[in-house]
Amino acid sequence: MSTTGVLPPDRPSIEPARLELSKSAAKYARRKALRPYLILTPTLLLTLGILIPFFAAIYLSFTDYTLRSSDYSFIGFDNYLSMLQNPDFWHSLVITLEYAVLCTMVEMLLGIGVALLLNEENPVSKFLRIVLIFPLMIAPVIGTLIWKLMTNPSVGILRTPMSWIGLGDFKWGASPDTAMFSLVLIDAWVYTPFVIILVLAGLRSLPRSPYEAAMIDGGSAWFIFRNLTLPMLAPVLLITLVFRLMLSLQEFSIIFALTEGGPGDTTMSLSLLAYNRGFPFYGVAEAIPIMLFLWAVVYLVSFILIGFWRKAQRRASGVA
Amino acid sequence: MHESVSFFGLVGRVSKTLLLLVYALFALFPLLWMVIMSLKPDSQMFTTTFLFSPTVENYSAVFLRSDYSHFFFNNLTVSISAVLLSLIVGVPAAYALARFQFKLKEDIAFTILSFRFAPEILVILPLFLIYQKTGLYDTYFGLIWVYQLITLPLLIWILRGYFEDISPDIEAAAQLDGYSWWQVFLKVLLPLVKPGLVAAGLLCFIFAWNAFTFPLLLSDARAQTSTVVALRFLASDTVHYGQVAAAATISALPEVILALLIQKHLVRGLSFGAVKG
Repeated sequence: MSTTGVLPPDRPSIEPARLELSKSAAKYARRKALRPYLILTPTLLLTLGILIPFFAAIYLSFTDYTLRSSDYSFIGFDNYLSMLQNPDFWHSLVITLEYAVLCTMVEMLLGIGVALLLNEENPVSKFLRIVLIFPLMIAPVIGTLIWKLMTNPSVGILRTPMSWIGLGDFKWGASPDTAMFSLVLIDAWVYTPFVIILVLAGLRSLPRSPYEAAMIDGGSAWFIFRNLTLPMLAPVLLITLVFRLMLSLQEFSIIFALTEGGPGDTTMSLSLLAYNRGFPFYGVAEAIPIMLFLWAVVYLVSFILIGFWRKAQRRASGVA
Repeated sequence: MHESVSFFGLVGRVSKTLLLLVYALFALFPLLWMVIMSLKPDSQMFTTTFLFSPTVENYSAVFLRSDYSHFFFNNLTVSISAVLLSLIVGVPAAYALARFQFKLKEDIAFTILSFRFAPEILVILPLFLIYQKTGLYDTYFGLIWVYQLITLPLLIWILRGYFEDISPDIEAAAQLDGYSWWQVFLKVLLPLVKPGLVAAGLLCFIFAWNAFTFPLLLSDARAQTSTVVALRFLASDTVHYGQVAAAATISALPEVILALLIQKHLVRGLSFGAVKG
């Protein structure tokens, strides 16, 4: 990029520069208006470039294309209609929502609780604030791998403590009754630290004066939490909720690594269903509508919640 | 009266600490146990819990006598390259989004962010076909490019916040001193955002390193990364549990160290700048 400034460093005094400014003012203004777009072009090329196939995919979803044969024909909305008529799809939608709601709920409640406990200045809290984020930093797949080892029937360390409470033959990911529980447990292990550190940051940035006033008035701890902490914390809580919901709705790696959608189809979320249709069976045209549907769900949910977030931000700045 | 208050205060504090320790056990024990297992010899795997004669045999088996090191260096190559590309392209973009006022600014910013939240399988399905046809399948470049969907939105959104924190007056002053816009950017602004830049870069590296779905489906024996291959250690017929644990530890350790380095910036990073910690 060439120098576009009006005042080159070699210019000795400010006067000639001013002259030049008035002469080239119009040209300069035009260049300046274009500059942000020019700077952003490589970013958009890189990211949109990778998404060009995406538009090809939307086209393919209106055909009967498979990887097996090279010729295909246009079949309109057939793939979409057969998706909506397929009970597997509705089953997977329920699984996806169940997984996302359970994970997000557990992680939000646990995360807020731990953050409140950690919001104190003592050596234990200080130390834990640093080390508790470790599970979040390692790959979710590696985390799942560790839990697979821990729940392994022959070497797993969890067998003995489980037998103490009468669950010696707990099957974890291998039984339809406990697979979802195991997935939520692992997801919570990986992502609760995410909630903890965002909520903790929110708690630590709260203004002091409303609390001092409430103390003077003699409000109970619950009253203060309900009427001061929660409304002021609402923006942070909502943005955390948005991130957790968006990612847990699309979670692929934890489910893939633990159960691959099984046993049977008890944990077959939409991502897993699309993967199974798209890859082993090469039914790309069938899998695309499923993922487009999931994308729409993710967008709808986050769009609504971001609206709440903006509102909460405005209200919170009113309280403070 | 005063006595009883402090008694309840004490009970409260003790139970708080206990609850915290229970959660800490849940969060940290699996990691501790992973390391313990990775140091156990095969012969003591089934018979011992915490007391055993430690060995580095599992590590040498994984790293020296299997092809894991190949996939480890693949991950290193792809992740570092992806972050470097993101830095070159993303840092000026973050600055433009922070400082300039222009049409469609917020739309562009949100479009960039939305790439991070598009379902990965949706991106991969068509990309798989194109990569197969163009020869990008199972290449470093193919992965580095698709990793931009992970690293670039993260980098741009974090850095945008750091650039916004710098007063425009500093830039104006530098420009009056005779620096061009480009020089102001390189000599004045970059040094000011350096801590944020380092943190954002390292966080991008962590997320690139952790990527699973992209390398699983868009690469194979040549370019695949250790995160994908580690899973296979458990799937093989003769499982050496100690080696599985060693592979997991090797993959997890760099990140735990990096996480410690960027502690102060994590909140901002993880929330894409939405929460300023």
